[in-house]
Amino acid sequence: MEWYILLQQMINGLALGSIYSLIALGYTMVYGIIKLINFAHGDIYMLGAYFGFYALTKGGLSLGPALLLSMGLAALVGVVLERIAYRPLRSSPRITALITAIGASLFIQSVSQIGFGASFKPFPQAIPFQRIAIGSVFITNRQLIMFGVSIFLMVTLHLIVQYTRIGKAMRAVSMDKEAAMLMGINVDRVISVTFALGSALAAAGGILVGMYYNRIDPYMGVMPGIKGFTAAVLGGIGVIPGAVIGGFMMGIAENLVVALGSSTFRDAVAFAILILVLLLKPAGLLGKRQREKV
Amino acid sequence: MAQASGLRVTDLSVQIGGLKAVSHVNLRLDPGELVGLIGPNGAGKTTVFNALTGFCQPTGGHIFFNDQELTHKPPHVVAKHHLARTFQNIRLFRDLTVLDNLKIAYHKNFKYCICSGIFRTPAYRRQEEMVRKVSLEILALVGLADRADDKASNLSYGEQRKLEIARALVMEPKLLLLDEPAAGMNPAETAELVELIYKIKNDFDLSVFLIEHDMHLVMNVCERLYVLDYGVLIGEGSVQDVRNNRKVIEAYLGEDGAWQS
Amino acid sequence: MSNAGASKAKRNAVMALAALCIYGAVQLLALSGTLLSYHLQVLSLACINIMLVVSLNLITGFTGQFSLGHAGFMAIGAYLSAALTVFYQLPFLAALVLSGVAAALVGIIIGLPALRLKGDYLAIATLGFGEIIRVVILNIPAVGGPRGFTGIPRYTSFGLTYLIMIITIVVIRNFIDSSHGRACVSIREDETAAASLGINTTYYKVTAFAIGAGFAGVAGGLFSHYLQYISPAPGQIGFLRSIDILIMVVLGGLGNITGSVFSAIVLTLLPEFLRGFAEYRMVIYSVLLILMMLFRPEGIMGKNELSLEALESLVGRMKNRKGMRSDGTS
Repeated sequence: MEWYILLQQMINGLALGSIYSLIALGYTMVYGIIKLINFAHGDIYMLGAYFGFYALTKGGLSLGPALLLSMGLAALVGVVLERIAYRPLRSSPRITALITAIGASLFIQSVSQIGFGASFKPFPQAIPFQRIAIGSVFITNRQLIMFGVSIFLMVTLHLIVQYTRIGKAMRAVSMDKEAAMLMGINVDRVISVTFALGSALAAAGGILVGMYYNRIDPYMGVMPGIKGFTAAVLGGIGVIPGAVIGGFMMGIAENLVVALGSSTFRDAVAFAILILVLLLKPAGLLGKRQREKV
Repeated sequence: MAQASGLRVTDLSVQIGGLKAVSHVNLRLDPGELVGLIGPNGAGKTTVFNALTGFCQPTGGHIFFNDQELTHKPPHVVAKHHLARTFQNIRLFRDLTVLDNLKIAYHKNFKYCICSGIFRTPAYRRQEEMVRKVSLEILALVGLADRADDKASNLSYGEQRKLEIARALVMEPKLLLLDEPAAGMNPAETAELVELIYKIKNDFDLSVFLIEHDMHLVMNVCERLYVLDYGVLIGEGSVQDVRNNRKVIEAYLGEDGAWQS
Repeated sequence: MSNAGASKAKRNAVMALAALCIYGAVQLLALSGTLLSYHLQVLSLACINIMLVVSLNLITGFTGQFSLGHAGFMAIGAYLSAALTVFYQLPFLAALVLSGVAAALVGIIIGLPALRLKGDYLAIATLGFGEIIRVVILNIPAVGGPRGFTGIPRYTSFGLTYLIMIITIVVIRNFIDSSHGRACVSIREDETAAASLGINTTYYKVTAFAIGAGFAGVAGGLFSHYLQYISPAPGQIGFLRSIDILIMVVLGGLGNITGSVFSAIVLTLLPEFLRGFAEYRMVIYSVLLILMMLFRPEGIMGKNELSLEALESLVGRMKNRKGMRSDGTS
């Protein structure tokens, strides 16, 4: 393999990986706080793409406002979802909550299929396509936007979690829900905010990917959802920096497999990584191992 | 001599995370003995039980039972050596009937294969009949015979404790480990429990190793005691010896009135 | 005790009779022309779904091991049996048996590492394994690759499917009612307590997984020779199918075989009646699933198997009431 092909796939991998990181952040924050794998997270990412699509086409907005609007709407969906489907099950067995999450995912998919149509829609070209050549390696302006916006959002999230009141409350709840409650933290509100933040990030990812691939469909969230989850597990579920690192690693790994010439195995990579991490290091790269008490 | 050697624990240490939960503990239980393991909260008593029954891995030392080395054996293998236990926070099969709880404990004695079970061979019928009989006998012994078909979760707290002991007895134990059997019981239930422990000791050929906070029960029932504090044995011997042991008294200062009762 | 044995024997006899009657009734209706071959096909599909649901219930409902990869085992059976009958002209029954064995073996290979995980981690890992099976099949050109495997002979008849379904139910029910099955159930109830009672939890988890996988493999073989075509689409043999099967298990009740049978029948026939609402099918399913988890997580029938005793006691109660009423009037 020529070195520049490798380099090219690394660049593609970083761009795609930034999206996986955005999705992984939502999974990891929700899991960190209520120990639920929010299966519907990938579908919120899909909804974000559709919200963006309608804001750009029907609403006539430019990319920036469309992005913000879509993130806001997705945050609302996330909060409502938690409120209706997950909150009543908070003290139920985790499996019950997981089945509910699967149900929520199917629900969003099937309703979207009816509402938006089952076939794919071409995503509007909000920004004219440009390709920048550096030697024999290419970077597109979309990749730069994808990467830039993602990094910006991640830094923003980091600042929120580290330095704001609500961020501190989130960290407290993820460490010990009961203790946080006793300290006067409104746990319900913290969980709502967590869903809102995670959903907003996923929606941004959805729009960016819609632009990148030029197309969106009601099932576009399924595979990225699983890959984002894998990224979260890889980095150590519940650990925010872990989700970012895991996302980039997933993106790069996937594109390296494509570079090796087997694009049909592209999706299998995610599952292989997922299984290997679960079996060999279930706490992930940055996570701490927890023991079960007998 | 070799047959009668009972439980021998030498230099047992268990480390959990960075914490030395148990260090260099030596224990010995002869057949037929009824021995107590006491100590303040967090002294490592349950960890000793977990190490003995294979639920946590010792970081040092050896466990022998009737001349068989049990160190580092997984729980289901330990159980095959006729060590049975109960749990501090009752672990019954809550959704199953009382009878099924006992039948499951009989598992290691079943000889028929999976196919035999599927085709309902005579071996299957014979053994199922037998386990039913044995289970009902033991239920009668602990006074739960009339509850055989009730769901385990519908029993009262005291009855659940008894059921857990009954379940352990089905395993035909040579050594029975009871982890705080009287916890949460009222005085009447505790008195019944004492009766039950005596009865078990008389009817079955076994030794009992008992963790308990109820000093009244311990002093009444146990023939010998081990005292654990911060994972280290600080006293052992007869009830009288332990009662007069300075270290033990110091360890228990602050556990208000534990000795008065 | 002999009493209990006798009532068991009686119950089995009645169940066998009921199974025969249903078969006879279907055949009669088919002969008289009331049931068309299309209806028989739908009924075959229902039988195949029952097999998938009952076998997953053994793993998830009885042993408590949450699996999202059941369609993977079905896929192995579907493709292997098709390859055996198409390329090697093997008799259908032999192909089915081999498919079941192969799926069970893969179940062991996957189960040994995966079943060390618990709860949602296990669910995700099995989903991953299921998808890897799918992607591997997708990359075998001999069985059609992404286009799918076409030209499979139609060997699946209602009679055969019905027979194999009955065998599946009897085997799994008898397994659960044996010492080995109780060991599996004890793992679901409390794995730590089970281990303390001398149950090799890994062994029984893998055993249940392998038995469930094996029957899913046989069901897969029946499926591909029913449809005469099989494709590696997610809805066909991928995680969407796994979730479909799981929905049926959950709606029928985890750990409830009769519940599984009913929910499989209802959820197979329902879409046939709701042809016009095809796109609302998943909406209805998903809402049902969520409502079920919120208000009745134990399934429609809970843990109550539909049994003769239950029916008898119901009839008895009704008789009693009647008797009382007539006493009062006379």
